[in-house]
Amino acid sequence: MTQRAKLIGGLAVIALALAYMIYAGVTQSAVYFVTPAELKAGAVSGKAYRLGGMVVPGSVKWDPATLDLAFVLSDGAATVPVRHKGTAPDLFGEGRGAVVEGRWTSDGYFKATLIMAKHSEEYRAPHESGGSAYKDLMKTLSGSDAK
Amino acid sequence: MIPEIGYGALVAALLLALYGTVVAGVGGRTGRAAFVESGQHAALGVFALLTFAFALLTYAFLVFDFSVQYVAANTNRGTPFYYRITAVWGALEGSIILWAWMLSMYTLIVILRHRRHARELYPWVLTVMLSVIAFFLLVMTIPAPPFRRLSPVPADGRGLNPLLEDSGMITHPVALYLGFTGFAVPFAFAMAALITRRVGDAWITTTRRWTIVAWYFLSLGLLIGGWWSYHVLGWGGYWAWDPVENAAFMPWLTGTAFLHSVMIQERRRMLKLWNIALVVLTFSLTLFGTFLTRSGVIASVHAFTQGSIGVFFLAFLAIVVLTALALLALRWDDLRGQGELDAVVSRESMFLLNNVMLVAAAFTVFFGTIFPLLAEATRGVKVSVGAPFFNSVNVPLFLGLIFLMGVGPLIAWRRASFQNLVRNFLWPVIVGIAAAAVFRLLGVASTFAVLALALTVFVVATIAVDFARATRARRRLGERVLPAMGGLLVRHNRRYGGFVIHLGILLVTVGVTGSQAWSVQDELTLRRGESTALAGYRVRFDGLAASEESNHFKVTGTFTVTNGRGRPLVLSPAKKFYPRDQAPIAYVDYRLGLREDVYLVLGDFARDGSQATVKLQVNRLVSWIWLGGVVLTLGTVLAILPERKKAT
Repeated sequence: MTQRAKLIGGLAVIALALAYMIYAGVTQSAVYFVTPAELKAGAVSGKAYRLGGMVVPGSVKWDPATLDLAFVLSDGAATVPVRHKGTAPDLFGEGRGAVVEGRWTSDGYFKATLIMAKHSEEYRAPHESGGSAYKDLMKTLSGSDAK
Repeated sequence: MIPEIGYGALVAALLLALYGTVVAGVGGRTGRAAFVESGQHAALGVFALLTFAFALLTYAFLVFDFSVQYVAANTNRGTPFYYRITAVWGALEGSIILWAWMLSMYTLIVILRHRRHARELYPWVLTVMLSVIAFFLLVMTIPAPPFRRLSPVPADGRGLNPLLEDSGMITHPVALYLGFTGFAVPFAFAMAALITRRVGDAWITTTRRWTIVAWYFLSLGLLIGGWWSYHVLGWGGYWAWDPVENAAFMPWLTGTAFLHSVMIQERRRMLKLWNIALVVLTFSLTLFGTFLTRSGVIASVHAFTQGSIGVFFLAFLAIVVLTALALLALRWDDLRGQGELDAVVSRESMFLLNNVMLVAAAFTVFFGTIFPLLAEATRGVKVSVGAPFFNSVNVPLFLGLIFLMGVGPLIAWRRASFQNLVRNFLWPVIVGIAAAAVFRLLGVASTFAVLALALTVFVVATIAVDFARATRARRRLGERVLPAMGGLLVRHNRRYGGFVIHLGILLVTVGVTGSQAWSVQDELTLRRGESTALAGYRVRFDGLAASEESNHFKVTGTFTVTNGRGRPLVLSPAKKFYPRDQAPIAYVDYRLGLREDVYLVLGDFARDGSQATVKLQVNRLVSWIWLGGVVLTLGTVLAILPERKKAT
């Protein structure tokens, strides 16, 4: 066998191995993006999804003692209850967009392992109510904290 | 006035760059020195105008000239002084101007260094460099003008994205862009070599240092990006396989391949075509990365402004790739290698394998990054692959590369005999296997971790064997140990610089392995005075305090960390509230250590300060990654020192 043939053979083996690794990697770690309506239409429990929607105002329930976070995601057409263990990211909030990664459970809720809040580069225009809320928060904190 | 003056300077620079592109090309074609000289003057003019424009933009930031839209969008009167300077490249328009300015600076260095040498290549190098600059100037005059006038002039600006108010943001983009733009120089030389049909080794030996420098800055940019992610974003990690990270990682992989394959061409006159293809690929990937992240075709956690700029980059990318392919086709006959591969067990084939694996890794990253686009186009479903995909495919490739890092530099050229293999690798292999056994006995559970660490030990052993043998040879000539070692580093700085860079990469490997395998974390809510335990540490929550800073206000938690020995450590993670921003921003507090970092993130808290939720992490060996960056720097400096001639 010539060196060139060996070389081409070796490259073919590597290419095949790589193709297999990529194929296996994709099938094992593909995550489907769905909206609440799409999830409701045909969710397979146990399969990994990324669910995107708006956090329904008034739906967020947070228990600091157990770190249980529950909220509802909506796309206008359907709503999905989501549960998560742990603090939400800073950008998470009611009325804002959020993407959660996790699995649909047979108990009728989406168990999120990761919450990604939508980051927007645009800042809101400054307005009075926002500013005074922060001042209020600061007053509470500095007044009660035993420094 | 600033917007008009700035815009005028950029338009003038664009015209001058276009003129220079043409006139230097005519000079190259006709061989008339006057044309080349005129192109050279144009390049100097472009550099002067870009320097002026960049300085003007910086000045506008410093004096809060909100008539410039870009200034108003990225700063406000509360922005501290030095973040006003870094805000210059804090968003799209400013990073493009920085990019173009660096390109013009590199062009200036090319002129200073190569105008008297490389006579045939030089005019065309100038043409290529100037045409790339002209593209960036075009971007700055049409889709992303940094000097757009804002009227009416607002009283205050919007402010910089608070996440960018960090020292890492001073250096990270600068290093990354120096890396990206640096690859334009070897690319320009490769194109010039194709145009002039001088595809021999001249362009490679001339650009060797350029390639190392570009590669170094790209590495540094990636590492600083990781450091920024680690200590600012507060998720305890440094790499997430996010599209933006991948965009910078792909040219790094192909650039690394190029750095190695040039050695085969220098030594064996092989791989001419491959080398040109690699440098074209690397340069194209730097453009592709910008297209990917700025066009909005792929969702990323990095929130960048989107606009028509993506189309410009895609068009330019197409022009670059098509031109390069056309030139390659035209010069096909000149690109045959003279050397032949003699044996499979040889240094050439090890380097070849290294190249194949690096390009395979780049392809994997590419595939995973654009996978959502492919899936949407072919199957109409929205699907993506995350970190598990990239890890599962790349980790075996990286392990293979580390193995080759040990074998490649020591194995014989052409054909390695059995004796050669035994002489070089017997001890390193024994030490590596012993290390694997020891790590296993010490309770390292993950096979990948055992492999990564044992391979690291193997590579260090090969470097030690090589260094010891060379030192012994010099001692036989009557030198003492230390002068012999120092002499080796200086006389063979290129070889040992490479070894030191390898050691830096190994440190990064150990850091990545350790942090993946052994880091632990916990998240819980503590009442004031209450404490918790994790990995030998006790963490007590002492209370909250609020304070007002220049442009935000801050709620700081105080935590006392003890581990039974040494003095207690007080960590103060905080949340920063920017009045104009939608949400607070976590401010991580940590103590770095060689063995482990203690890392605290303040989560939710009760307004009266009675309790707070905290994320507590003990991250193992992460500091080795940053240390790897330092060693990488030393190795690069050693490798680019001018080579000394024969021993005295």
